[in-house]
Amino acid sequence: MEVFVQQLVNGLTLGSIYGLIAIGYTMVFGIIGMVNFAHGDVFMVGSFIALILFMVATMFLGLPTVAALIVVLVLAMALTGLWNWTIERVAYRPLRGSFRLAPLISAIGMSILLSNLIQILQGPRNKPLPPMLPGSIHIMGEDALATAISYKQIVIMVVTVVLLAVFWWVVQKTPLGRAQRAVEQDAKMAALLGINVDKTISITFVMGAALAAVAGVMYLMYYGVVNFSDGFVPGVKAFTAAVLGGIGSLPGAVLGGLLIGLIETMWSAYFTIDYKDVAAFSILAITLIFLPSGILGRPDVEKV
Amino acid sequence: MANDNQPANTPTIDLGAAVRDAVIASLVMLGLAIPILALKTEQNMDNRLVLEPRWHYVWIACALVFAVRLALTLFIWNRKAKITVAKGEQTPTIMSGLVRVLKPFSGRAGLLFLVAYPLLALWLVGPQGSIKWIDNFGIQILIYIMLGWGLNIVVGLAGLLDLGYVAFYAVGAYSYAIIATQVIPATFPELGVWSFWICLPIAGLLAALWGVLLGFPVLRLRGDYLAIVTLAFGEIIRLVLINWVAFSNGYAGISGIPRPSFFGIPFNASEEGFAAVFGLEFSPIYRTIFLFYVILALALLTAFVTVKLRRLPVGRAWEALREDEIACRSLGINTTNTKLTAFSIGAMFGGFAGAFFAARQGFISPESFVFIESAQILAIVVLGGMGSLFGVVISSIALVGGIEILRELDFLKQIFGPHFDPAQFRMLIFGTAMVVMMLWKPRGLVSTREPSVFLKERKSISGSLVKEGHG
Repeated sequence: MEVFVQQLVNGLTLGSIYGLIAIGYTMVFGIIGMVNFAHGDVFMVGSFIALILFMVATMFLGLPTVAALIVVLVLAMALTGLWNWTIERVAYRPLRGSFRLAPLISAIGMSILLSNLIQILQGPRNKPLPPMLPGSIHIMGEDALATAISYKQIVIMVVTVVLLAVFWWVVQKTPLGRAQRAVEQDAKMAALLGINVDKTISITFVMGAALAAVAGVMYLMYYGVVNFSDGFVPGVKAFTAAVLGGIGSLPGAVLGGLLIGLIETMWSAYFTIDYKDVAAFSILAITLIFLPSGILGRPDVEKV
Repeated sequence: MANDNQPANTPTIDLGAAVRDAVIASLVMLGLAIPILALKTEQNMDNRLVLEPRWHYVWIACALVFAVRLALTLFIWNRKAKITVAKGEQTPTIMSGLVRVLKPFSGRAGLLFLVAYPLLALWLVGPQGSIKWIDNFGIQILIYIMLGWGLNIVVGLAGLLDLGYVAFYAVGAYSYAIIATQVIPATFPELGVWSFWICLPIAGLLAALWGVLLGFPVLRLRGDYLAIVTLAFGEIIRLVLINWVAFSNGYAGISGIPRPSFFGIPFNASEEGFAAVFGLEFSPIYRTIFLFYVILALALLTAFVTVKLRRLPVGRAWEALREDEIACRSLGINTTNTKLTAFSIGAMFGGFAGAFFAARQGFISPESFVFIESAQILAIVVLGGMGSLFGVVISSIALVGGIEILRELDFLKQIFGPHFDPAQFRMLIFGTAMVVMMLWKPRGLVSTREPSVFLKERKSISGSLVKEGHG
């Protein structure tokens, strides 16, 4: 029981991070029908930006950890958003209307480019930070079976819930969100009705990147280490989450993220940790083959 | 009145707007560069991270972006109006020039050059220097040409984007390694010298079998989803190879894989060795030259089969499938079989290449079969122009050979300092090339297609028309 509760807490934390990244995939897929292969690497760039800003904030400006984290969160969201805006502008926008696989291939190139750019600019080694926000709340059990939820985990879950509420409100209730949903349904019609389609798509990319940056800050805070190659595997897992939840659906992305996080931690706890990535990749393949519209997604109607 | 004399399609140059535009672009660059480029994280003596400022790079980058953007606005994009007027005529570029210059070599002349290449290298730089040229350039490039041609069947002809092609390469390599180091010594040790020739077809068949196995569940998927599932399968195979230590020896890999023999005559210094039998002085160069011809023959086999298959009903069905799956089904083409044949034949050539790779290296580990390798092969096919055999050759030479040449350029070290290692830019160049190629020529370098079936006269079709139904 204690082990189960502990894994539940860990799984939900990890799942929150995956869910935040998955939203970026699901929003972009919803609006332009493209798998943004580079999104995992945008997440990695976000955590590198957070790492450097955090070091500037604590070492040069002498801010306390909590204040530094808040400043870093806001700045990292803005700067990662700028990165994704530029990427969309340079690598994807000119390909709108090109043949089907062109944007995907361009995104794969962008993914390779980003991870290698960071490798060259910041070096290939792991970047460790001293642990931050130590301490935890004891829930149940004693000694070896003691189950606790750490402050970091609480912060991650609270931030995820708050941001999701904010983004849900933006997409459902604001003119911007209405424009996004209109473009998602029919870009040509939306343009005829006076919606700036290019701008709406750009903002979608910025929003996705901002959430990926939040995930990057959380990842950095939780694990205390980043590496230039950290984008690929979390990226694929978050994509799995988006597909599992139903691609195009925002709540689906979060649900999928939490499920993937739980499956991964439970698998590591009860089976073998060696095959946890195999489990994630298998879920991806099985979902795409047998349940391509996901849990909360709408079935894909094929028009001739 | 003076204005009337100006031609209508010369746009006026608004210098102020161009400068403003360039300033905005360089400000974006500044925003991108601020944390990542301006401050480098380094570990100091106590293993703590410290920041190393390098603001000068940021200013250089911003100035560059400003200059390039200004130049583009003033001189290149300005002329767009004229180019659209002359639509249809191809504007000559360096690359299309290169393609035109190399085009005559795509036939017999190129083949002759390839056959003569090892002897030419031997004659020009001698036995010592030529190993590098035959091995690093010749064999390495030919392996990628063969992989590119194999993947070309799946991506270029059948239009199925496969991001896990390296899985079949791995299946081929591990089949050969395990059969040759474990199965043959345990059952028929006297066949040891023949092991490569026995295992080559087995490796190809096993890879084809895996192609069918992995192909079956993904048949219903298309486009992006297919790409992601093949990526997942590629990663699963690699992770299993890492973790199933009893089978594959995990990260440590398999070593001591037997080298191919010259029809039963091994390449060693013994009495029965190749050199002794043919009365030559022993030298490792013979094996390298032999390996070169083996991979050349395998690659040519791939090309031959591809060319022949394109004319058969199955090849035409592949290309029809690439153009329009729904139309294909309406015409009664069995899309399941069509896709499976493409998958398994492509996989088979990947398996052959894998067996050759294992035999050449003598050692394999899961490190050689990462996703990046799949992306590299895909980049070669995409840059070459999907479906074009000759394009794959050009892009393999440009990407693989170009990067090998980068290693040789010592003078770059004198310009950029002794720590400058051009090889680290390899993947960066691959990634950038993929993006730039998609933007500039989404159809690849050789984007004209020769029709496989024609009436009276063979017309070549520009690749940009093929996808729109004119081909």
